[in-house]
Amino acid sequence: MARTIVITSGKGGVGKTTTSAALAMGLAQRGHRTAVIDFDVGLRNLDLIMGCERRVVYDFVNVINGEANINQALIRDKRCDALYVLPASQTRDKDALTKDGVGRVLEELAKTFDYIVCDSPAGIEHGAYMAMYYADDAVVVTNPEVSSVRDSDRMLGILSSKSRRAERNEAPIREYLLLTRYSPERVAKGEMLSVNDVREILSLDLLGVIPESKAVLNASNSGVPVILDTESDAGQAYHDAVGRYLGEDLPHRFLEIKKKGFFSRLMGG
Amino acid sequence: MGLLDLFRSHRQRGTAAIAKERLQILVAHDRATRNQPSYLPQLQQEILEVIRKYVDVDMNAVSVNYEQDDTREVLELNIVLPEAAPAKGG
Repeated sequence: MARTIVITSGKGGVGKTTTSAALAMGLAQRGHRTAVIDFDVGLRNLDLIMGCERRVVYDFVNVINGEANINQALIRDKRCDALYVLPASQTRDKDALTKDGVGRVLEELAKTFDYIVCDSPAGIEHGAYMAMYYADDAVVVTNPEVSSVRDSDRMLGILSSKSRRAERNEAPIREYLLLTRYSPERVAKGEMLSVNDVREILSLDLLGVIPESKAVLNASNSGVPVILDTESDAGQAYHDAVGRYLGEDLPHRFLEIKKKGFFSRLMGG
Repeated sequence: MGLLDLFRSHRQRGTAAIAKERLQILVAHDRATRNQPSYLPQLQQEILEVIRKYVDVDMNAVSVNYEQDDTREVLELNIVLPEAAPAKGG
């Protein structure tokens, strides 16, 4: 039985696509057959972050419209056999994603995949609605910043009232908080909401905290999901988040300020 | 805290605390309105019209509150009558 996971946030630029790529790669690396779908029709980006932009032939909308079958559109990841990418269309209008069409594609994927990761577009318009409608689980990506936290809360309201599970009175979507761009230094100075502040406001289970990290831009520059950068703090934090999603009980790392040398301590920098 | 911090002007209250306070208020308000049935504003308007047929109350004199917990939904109507309310039409 496949599980469908939506990566969502409401606000743009908080790290949904980075997270989709990292979690999908993490699940696939553990041997689970995983498909990651870009729902951002018109502004596709997941293929770039995954590093497969030059291999796109058919896309999600082609499959919905019956212009290609699902196996023609899925791009197999070159680094991990269990991972496939379904890119978004770049040109068509976003109404091309119909509820029936998306449902059919997900059903087809569910036959052969263990996990289907849906990378939601920003906003609360049609595309975001389609990405979350069929979800079993939701990862709400949030920055420790007022507008992002508020948008996340609005998205939680939508998840609990507008999803298929809600419409059918089934068990609700399991919701997880993933806090990204976290800076322990700024939290210590009282300049940034702490992980406990955000948890308290949103009352959500914490899937992980991804520290603000240069590794994220480096990874997207080169089209490599940051989870593959196992040396980096962000990569390790995503690795832990995948473990927690799969039920492992792992302590949260990277919440404290890194130990500084004597000289930088003296200079307060 | 480093040595140089001693010479910097003393710090203001962290802005994170302000952010948290603002968000708590905002989120509580958002959630309260989110769960309300959509007919609530119209209900309030119509109730007010009925009352104004009989008593000369202010437009803001009727408040309608909707609360929901696990087992029940409560619709609370609160009507403030003016002192020695003059009955209309006798």
